[in-house]
Amino acid sequence: MTLVAPGRARAGIRVKSRDRPPWLIQPLYLLPAFFLLLVFFVVPALTTIGISFTDWQLGSSSIDFIGLENYRELFTDEVYRKSLINTLKLDLFVVPVSFFLALGLALAINGLNRFQGFWQTVYFLPVTTTLVAMAQVWSWILHPQFGMVAQLFKLFGLTPINWLNDQSVVLYTIGFISIWQLVGYYTVLFIAGLLNVPKDLYEAALIDGARSPWDKFCHVTWPMLGPTSLFIFIITIIKSSQIFDTVKVLTQGGPNNASEILLYTLYSEGFEFFRTGLASAIATLFFAIMLLLTLYQMRVFEKYVHYR
Amino acid sequence: MKKRELFLHFILAIGGVVMLTPFIWMLSLSVKPENEIYNAQIKLFPQQWDWANYTEAFVDAHVGSFIINGAIVTLGILLFQYLSTIPAAYVLARKDFRLKGVLFSLVLGVLLIPPQVTAIPVYLLMGRLGLINTTWALILPFTTSAFGIFLFRQSFKAFPQDLIDAARVDGANEFYILWSLIVPLSLPTLAAFGIFSIVVHWNDLFWPLLVIYDWEKATPPLGITFFEGGDSGDNVGAMMAAATLIVAPLTIAFLIARRRFIQGITMTGIK
Repeated sequence: MTLVAPGRARAGIRVKSRDRPPWLIQPLYLLPAFFLLLVFFVVPALTTIGISFTDWQLGSSSIDFIGLENYRELFTDEVYRKSLINTLKLDLFVVPVSFFLALGLALAINGLNRFQGFWQTVYFLPVTTTLVAMAQVWSWILHPQFGMVAQLFKLFGLTPINWLNDQSVVLYTIGFISIWQLVGYYTVLFIAGLLNVPKDLYEAALIDGARSPWDKFCHVTWPMLGPTSLFIFIITIIKSSQIFDTVKVLTQGGPNNASEILLYTLYSEGFEFFRTGLASAIATLFFAIMLLLTLYQMRVFEKYVHYR
Repeated sequence: MKKRELFLHFILAIGGVVMLTPFIWMLSLSVKPENEIYNAQIKLFPQQWDWANYTEAFVDAHVGSFIINGAIVTLGILLFQYLSTIPAAYVLARKDFRLKGVLFSLVLGVLLIPPQVTAIPVYLLMGRLGLINTTWALILPFTTSAFGIFLFRQSFKAFPQDLIDAARVDGANEFYILWSLIVPLSLPTLAAFGIFSIVVHWNDLFWPLLVIYDWEKATPPLGITFFEGGDSGDNVGAMMAAATLIVAPLTIAFLIARRRFIQGITMTGIK
């Protein structure tokens, strides 16, 4: 003990003195990243919130503080209200469908003995693609006259549907394309969760009489998957609230504002009509919703999931 | 057991057809002449192969230029992100100083900001700097990444202290330890972040839409929207050829490095 202790102390001192970098190093290493974080993220986010309380229009020299007027307009004006409701409707369609489809796909792929990688590849393929380009492909597949789907409809004696120009359908078409692109992403997240379910729990359940796949799912898989599912559920809400590209290139919010959604309204108000104050209010509202969801997600994550 | 496996394959194949249809149809239309595209029949292969769509995509639609711009922008962004985030993550992971907690909270705070929220002020800033409609407007706002700092800090924290001590004994300085010791041994994390960053910025439409007006500077997603509204708006075959060329680089890369891609993109789940 007495022999070892001084040696360790000496080693400790030596490492410490060498460990202390020249006084310049730390600020120099930190400065670029934190300067850029402030300039491009923190200050702009706060500025957006600030502008949202004004009547400023891009290029105009007058700017007045108008309090919550922009927000009042958001919830009373017909078009903006429609935009909010459409966003909600889109979420109510995309979120449950994506969630349960991905869960089913993950269970199916995870239940295979062979070709797991193959099916993962097939379903994940759309995730990396440029949505704007694939949206053009979908618009042609769904073309009411020459599209592949219209041909199939005719083959079965059905009247083809105008998927992107029918007020009652367009929102679901946009939602469908989003599900097509992202379901593989959620599936992979679910598969990761399934791999973390301890195998011996299934054996224990079998001894306790859980024989059918359904019993195993109810008594082992689903309870063990709980936190992961909640986590994925929130990601699906965040992602589906951020739909923009398909609306911009396929419908421009039409027909008759039927596919007008929050981010598209933000874009058109801010950068086509230059109503900067109002667009900032939309951005702030969007920020608030995303913030609540992400904070909740982080809490869930820290509470249940052990990441290394 | 065997029957169950077959059943699962059958179910997965039905969904798989839906997933793959756009890719197959895109390729099929891209080699069809116009009269076959407007033919009311579902045929996978054209009766007459028409490669002119690809020439048209390159010559009239400037797809080559979009792809080069896309490569410059995504790789430029990634280079700056590595240069700014790696040193910051290193200091946050391995050093003790007074403001450390505050700075790390700042990183976590920025993670919570969706990109659309900062768009208006950053657009104004680009205007002030006279950078609207330049390649710099596409690169500059993304030169650092809170997510990168977060991820690299995590990875550098787990780096074995023994290796660093050994290098110090051999006289290595901070610069050498970071760039020649820690960075090469953290390549999997750096690669995963790189894939994530490239996929995000190659596919982004929102930001280029705001700051770029000319096709000469457009990235692929913006470029294809010009194409649609431009002279060849009705030419479906050329549009499909353009889409194929734009989607191809990342799709092929994904098929080659499937595991890395899935890892890189699903990591954003913890974002």
